[in-house]
Amino acid sequence: MNLRLYLWQRGTAALLAPLILIHLAVIFYATRQGLTAADILSRTRGSIAWALFYGAFVAAAAIHAAIGLRNILAEWGGLGGRTLAFCAVGFGLALALLGLRAVAAVVLP
Amino acid sequence: MAGTAHREPARPDLAVSIWRGDAGGAYADYRVPQRANQTVLDIVTFVQREIDPGLSYRFSCRVGMCGSCAMTVNGRPRWTCRTHVSKVAKNGRLTIGPLANLPVIKDLATDMAPFFQKWQAAKGVFSPSKTRHDAIEPIKPSSPERVAADAGVECINCGVCYAACDTVAWNADYLGPAALNRAWTLVNDVRDTGGKERLRAVSAAGGCHACHTHQSCQQHCPATLNPTASIAGLKRATVQAWLKGEIEP
Repeated sequence: MNLRLYLWQRGTAALLAPLILIHLAVIFYATRQGLTAADILSRTRGSIAWALFYGAFVAAAAIHAAIGLRNILAEWGGLGGRTLAFCAVGFGLALALLGLRAVAAVVLP
Repeated sequence: MAGTAHREPARPDLAVSIWRGDAGGAYADYRVPQRANQTVLDIVTFVQREIDPGLSYRFSCRVGMCGSCAMTVNGRPRWTCRTHVSKVAKNGRLTIGPLANLPVIKDLATDMAPFFQKWQAAKGVFSPSKTRHDAIEPIKPSSPERVAADAGVECINCGVCYAACDTVAWNADYLGPAALNRAWTLVNDVRDTGGKERLRAVSAAGGCHACHTHQSCQQHCPATLNPTASIAGLKRATVQAWLKGEIEP
């Protein structure tokens, strides 16, 4: 890991820390209040705030996890060079695509 | 009866396994008489002088100053000269091998070249800002920079932290705790002029950011230094240098 990757990983971690706490609070609230899927969708659909919140969450998680996986593949898997970059970037893109698809499913009207 | 007062009680021999050969070698078993206040280096020396003169190992000062006698003793890297057998032998058994994470030359002697090459790669060489004709620069011992440098400057390059480090084992490019600790002492040396180059060197792949903060170096350092703290200092210093535009990410 070099300084660039370190900055990205620590930066996304700093962003994820409050986002995860809010995410957990939202889960806690939704289950305690007994919200149905329809109740939740009525709050999230068309909401720019929820789109930005979970969009940022997905982007930060995809970058953070891809860098972490890159370290694991390099140190424990012995990968390097283009193979390592391909695996890490591919994993990050897959996470971003899956996450953004889920965000779109709940925020698009 | 003064003579009998100093006679040592009979002790069973120690069962000692010592690595023989290069990386493809194996442990050989020896029986070594147990003595009071015996160090692991005494054991190795006994085997070489009394049992097998072909045994290769490295030592010099025998008092924990030179850093040349480090070996793996019962699975842990240690200075053998400062390790009493009574503290580490398990059921009268000792297993002594070469330091981990370094190429084995023969038996207990490792090739320290990669260790010192990484020291060079981390810009661990002092870059003076003055000549011998200039006045000596006054350094206040209580200044934060000097306090930080003092905390790491007593390293004697024994390689124990390097052998104990998981990241060194997993990442061949990682500079290791000793080289990074040295870099940190120089970053805090106000007389040194190599700061930016050094921060660039330790910011590259395999530099300080590769450290996982397992703290094995701190746990094993016989000089009770804390290279993990030095590496954390380098991480802060490199980020600050980047924020100031002094180094590129």
